Amino acid sequence: MPIAMPNLIPVMPELVMTGVAIILLMAELVIKRKETLGFLSLISVGLISYLLLGSAGTTFGGMFVSDGYSTFFKLIFMANLVLTVLISPKYLQTMRINFGEYYALTLFATLGMMLMASAADIIVLYLGLELMALSTYVLAGFIRYDMKSNEAAIKYLLLGAFASAILLYGTSLIYGLTGTTNLRDIAVYITHNGLAKNPLLMVSMIFFAVAFSFKIAAVPFHMWAPDAYEGAPTPITAFMSVGPKAAGFAVLGRVFLVAFGSVKTDWSVILIPIAVLTMAIGNILALSQTNIKRMLAYSSIAHAGYMLLGIIAGTPAGISSVLNYMFIYAFMNIGAFAIVIMLRTEGFAGEDISDYEGLGKTHPTAAALMLVFMFSLTGIPPMAGFMGKFYLFMSAINAGYTWIVIVAVLFSAISAYFYLRIVMLMYMKEPKEVIQLNTSPGIGLALAVTVSAVILIGILPAKVLALAQQAVTSF
Amino acid sequence: MVPLHWYLTLSAAVFMIGMFGFLTRRNIIIMFMSVELMLNAVNISLVSFSHYLQDMRGHILVFFVITVAAAEAAIGLAIIISLFRNKQTAHVDEMNEMKG
Amino acid sequence: MNSYALIPFLPLAAFVINILFGRKYLKENAHWVSILAVAGSWVLAVMALVDVLGGNTINFDLYTWMLSGGFKVSVGFLIDQLTVVMLIVVTTCSTLIHIYSVGYMHGDSGYYRFFAYLSLFTFSMLMLVMANNFLQLYFGWEGVGLCSYFLIGYYFNKKSASDAGKKAFIVNRFGDFGFGLGIFVVFLTFGTVYYEPVFSQAGGLAEATFNFLGYDVHLMTLIALLLFCGSVGKSAQIPLHVWLPDAMEGPTPVSALIHAATMVTAGVFLVARCSPIFSLSETALMVVALTGAITSLFAATIGLVQNDLKRIIAYSTVSQLGYMFLACGVGAYTAGIFHLYTHAFFKALLFLCAGSVMHAMGGELDIQKMGNLKKYMPVTYMTMLIASFSISGIPGLAGFFSKDEILWMAYAGESPVGKFVWAIGTLVAFLTAFYSFRLIFLTFHGKFRGTHDQEHHLHESPKSMTIPLMLLCVGAVAAGWVGIPALIGEKIGVHNYIAEFMKPVLGHPEGHGTHAEEMVVMLISIAVGLAGIGLAYFMYILRPELPARLAQQLSAVYRVLFNKYYVDELYSFIIVRPAIWIAKNVLIGITDARIIEAVVNGVPSAIAAFSSGLRKIQTGLMQHYATIMATGILIIVAIMLLR
Repeated sequence: MPIAMPNLIPVMPELVMTGVAIILLMAELVIKRKETLGFLSLISVGLISYLLLGSAGTTFGGMFVSDGYSTFFKLIFMANLVLTVLISPKYLQTMRINFGEYYALTLFATLGMMLMASAADIIVLYLGLELMALSTYVLAGFIRYDMKSNEAAIKYLLLGAFASAILLYGTSLIYGLTGTTNLRDIAVYITHNGLAKNPLLMVSMIFFAVAFSFKIAAVPFHMWAPDAYEGAPTPITAFMSVGPKAAGFAVLGRVFLVAFGSVKTDWSVILIPIAVLTMAIGNILALSQTNIKRMLAYSSIAHAGYMLLGIIAGTPAGISSVLNYMFIYAFMNIGAFAIVIMLRTEGFAGEDISDYEGLGKTHPTAAALMLVFMFSLTGIPPMAGFMGKFYLFMSAINAGYTWIVIVAVLFSAISAYFYLRIVMLMYMKEPKEVIQLNTSPGIGLALAVTVSAVILIGILPAKVLALAQQAVTSF
Repeated sequence: MVPLHWYLTLSAAVFMIGMFGFLTRRNIIIMFMSVELMLNAVNISLVSFSHYLQDMRGHILVFFVITVAAAEAAIGLAIIISLFRNKQTAHVDEMNEMKG
Repeated sequence: MNSYALIPFLPLAAFVINILFGRKYLKENAHWVSILAVAGSWVLAVMALVDVLGGNTINFDLYTWMLSGGFKVSVGFLIDQLTVVMLIVVTTCSTLIHIYSVGYMHGDSGYYRFFAYLSLFTFSMLMLVMANNFLQLYFGWEGVGLCSYFLIGYYFNKKSASDAGKKAFIVNRFGDFGFGLGIFVVFLTFGTVYYEPVFSQAGGLAEATFNFLGYDVHLMTLIALLLFCGSVGKSAQIPLHVWLPDAMEGPTPVSALIHAATMVTAGVFLVARCSPIFSLSETALMVVALTGAITSLFAATIGLVQNDLKRIIAYSTVSQLGYMFLACGVGAYTAGIFHLYTHAFFKALLFLCAGSVMHAMGGELDIQKMGNLKKYMPVTYMTMLIASFSISGIPGLAGFFSKDEILWMAYAGESPVGKFVWAIGTLVAFLTAFYSFRLIFLTFHGKFRGTHDQEHHLHESPKSMTIPLMLLCVGAVAAGWVGIPALIGEKIGVHNYIAEFMKPVLGHPEGHGTHAEEMVVMLISIAVGLAGIGLAYFMYILRPELPARLAQQLSAVYRVLFNKYYVDELYSFIIVRPAIWIAKNVLIGITDARIIEAVVNGVPSAIAAFSSGLRKIQTGLMQHYATIMATGILIIVAIMLLR
């Protein structure tokens, strides 16, 4: 019997990623300068991005699909990876955790995200999710001597395991009831049978919603996020606040719009209160934070709430605006974290919001960059964040969810208070003490990329949006 | 032959026991074991569904789940060890340095 | 991409380069970038002029910023006859003033910053005039305003300068509020903010009214008046004129470019651009004409007695802007734009000459302390003299043709207030000639009245300053030759080119009068101009003791004029002081009663308190987190299964 070789073209980027990650693990043994590993992973990202563009197709018996939707998300993951690698080395040295596994782990985590984005089958989805999660747990606890980092890792790990048990229970139910794990086959079954007469199917859908809400840190399944974000090494916080969230949205979009696409009225009942609560809790709790990483953690919770609006809208415009927003969010959020990293020096955490007082006087460039990111996160034109929010909200209004948009705008107004407080502190207060900036060429490059992306997308939003719209058509 | 719903009931029961353990026990290792219990409950239902449906996918997923659980345990224990080094405790109640 | 898109973006590029690299690398060479960019824009503007003369109008969208349903925001350019005239005015003045600034700002610590702002201003102004939609117009409008505040407050260490910047900002808020509202009403009415559909649909809504609190409001009048609010603020018309004279705190090239030649004329441009809307409302036109006429008279009378060199020219600017509105208000938009165009040259020239004088006098602005400067600064004297002849309406010079066109159109047009505003305009022509030559005689003639140090220091300005003066002087003489009225043109065989050129956009109302009447109107305007100069000569050269005696005898009138009709004091009395008083007494009183605190601080602090309370949920204990998750799941399951 001839053994048919599966079509490897669609999965080529993932294969290369796996290869590079393993090579990095081995090379780590002989390479003394760990930055070289970072450099190698940057090169591999270039290669993978190239492969991504020609990878369209379905393979492994329909379990793995590479389409515009997955490619768009994978590009976000690549951007996330590149920026994280750029902002890491100096921080790792400062914290004396300059181990080579760091880079391999970020690659593995990204590989997991890529699998999630391409998953057309729940098994692949689960594998990708666990690969991403397990790597991120280790990364979160990477500062082994630091109690906060340990605590972040264990909280993230235990709650993550709890959430994936729930996901698995949902999977087992849906597998038993529909006899398949393929999303399209599940969709066929649900279109024919509906949910109403089948409470177990309903429960399994709820479990999916819960597990994905955990990944995107939506209320009330967000509790891990502030602690994990605060304790993790800052570059990893940046990485976690974009990558797993984007991957979470990728699977949320695919599972709920493909597999459960016919019962949107049922799941929007679940997601609407989650979205509203997420925006509320995220923005309100961010107000009274004193640690900037924690504030950005709550802010990232709130942003997940905004993005849920696009999923709830459920229209192609809604999904494409989620993609668009995720892309913009990657740049503005990592940019803000890059500034946070620069303030960290040996013996000085630089994580207190009050450390930003007078930064405009002592370090005008850093302050100006932070201002751009804060404006963008608030959604002030002409920064990219404004365009992202605008399209999200418009898509929700056009889908008939005007009242949620009104709520979102209100909470977004509250968010201005804590973002602009940073700007106010930087420019209106006198510096307390002289703060040294821990700069490096990598951070400089990352900041240049993020700030130009934030401003350029703000002024010329059409390109990214068109890409996002194109990505959704294939789905 | 044992009917399917017996297995499912068992699975649900074990899952609930695991969840209850996770919510009530304070020792990290025990919480960990509770999660493992939840995962094994899922395995029971997957295998029984698989048998009932005469379909291999359930089995395959079970193997993946077992592997992932092992990896998770390895990572979890490693983190617990470094935690224990820093704090000499495995009690979650004492791990609230970050809150609010 | 259409290369005309570069017209605004070249100065923008210069701004970006200067602001990024100016402080460290360009330093004393910062001007090169800006001058090359603006000169490039000028070349393109001339090409655009040739194109439009060839009969093309260009309207294209460069890129769409956002598009959602029927709502579209894009950057697009409309280059028609009106735009192209503005382009020529803006780029020419801007280029010359950039060059002039090289000498004037030499050695200033913020050299690169100055050029960066100047380029940014040029960009915004070009965006404003080239817009093909109201939103972009608004963007440019606010952009020029912003640059204007920056540049007024350029010497931010000087309190009067930063106060003047603030004043300009606050006063303009009032006008811009109405303007923004006007654009909003346009969008509500037409469902679009693009000129083309708006203006083509406007005719169909000529009689549209809507009911507001029981009154029938004429829609076009409402839109026109709201838009005109913006014009009143930006072009410093009564009652929002108070910021412009104070704006003279900025560097003189700024006064010339922004507060004389270009930005302040944006209000006139707006009225001309929206002429299809204004023409549908007789009320609005009347308001425009009367506002213009009254402002021009009002400012001219103030100008009679001021002693500050730049302020006299500033009041003259306000007065001439009033003239332009007067023209638009009687339906003679072409005449208004024609005057805008000639005015740009001679007024920029007057300011630059003033700057040259200041340069020589070591920053002195009081014309009572000058005198006999013609001996030391021949170029400045000659050019300023010609500019003053031009503004006084001496035949053959630029100002004569445009002023005469306005007066004739006012006299012979269909406007019900035409004759009245003509009379005012003629009176203003007399006053203008008088104060312009009062300035010339006091500054350049007679004996020098300053200190010895100053006298010792007197010198002609460097080439980079005098060459722009001479070039602008050519404009002040010849710019009007494109608009020679038929009355004279028939005899020497030229047409009124500008009127024919502008006809497709602005129309060209025919005067209802005979050649004889036109001749009389023209002769009257020449006569009053000469009379004004003559009176100034009599009072300041022949009988120099007369002005002081006159001031004594008419001391009440003199004081009122010298104190600018006490408008600043009036505003201070009815607006500023009550505001401060309320702030001090009432607000603090209420704060004691904890009402304001409850409202202003209450909302954020309530949220903050709520926030701190809510934080307690996040206990840091994993069990609690898991319990909340489990509870969440239970609640969702319960709701979904029981609903």
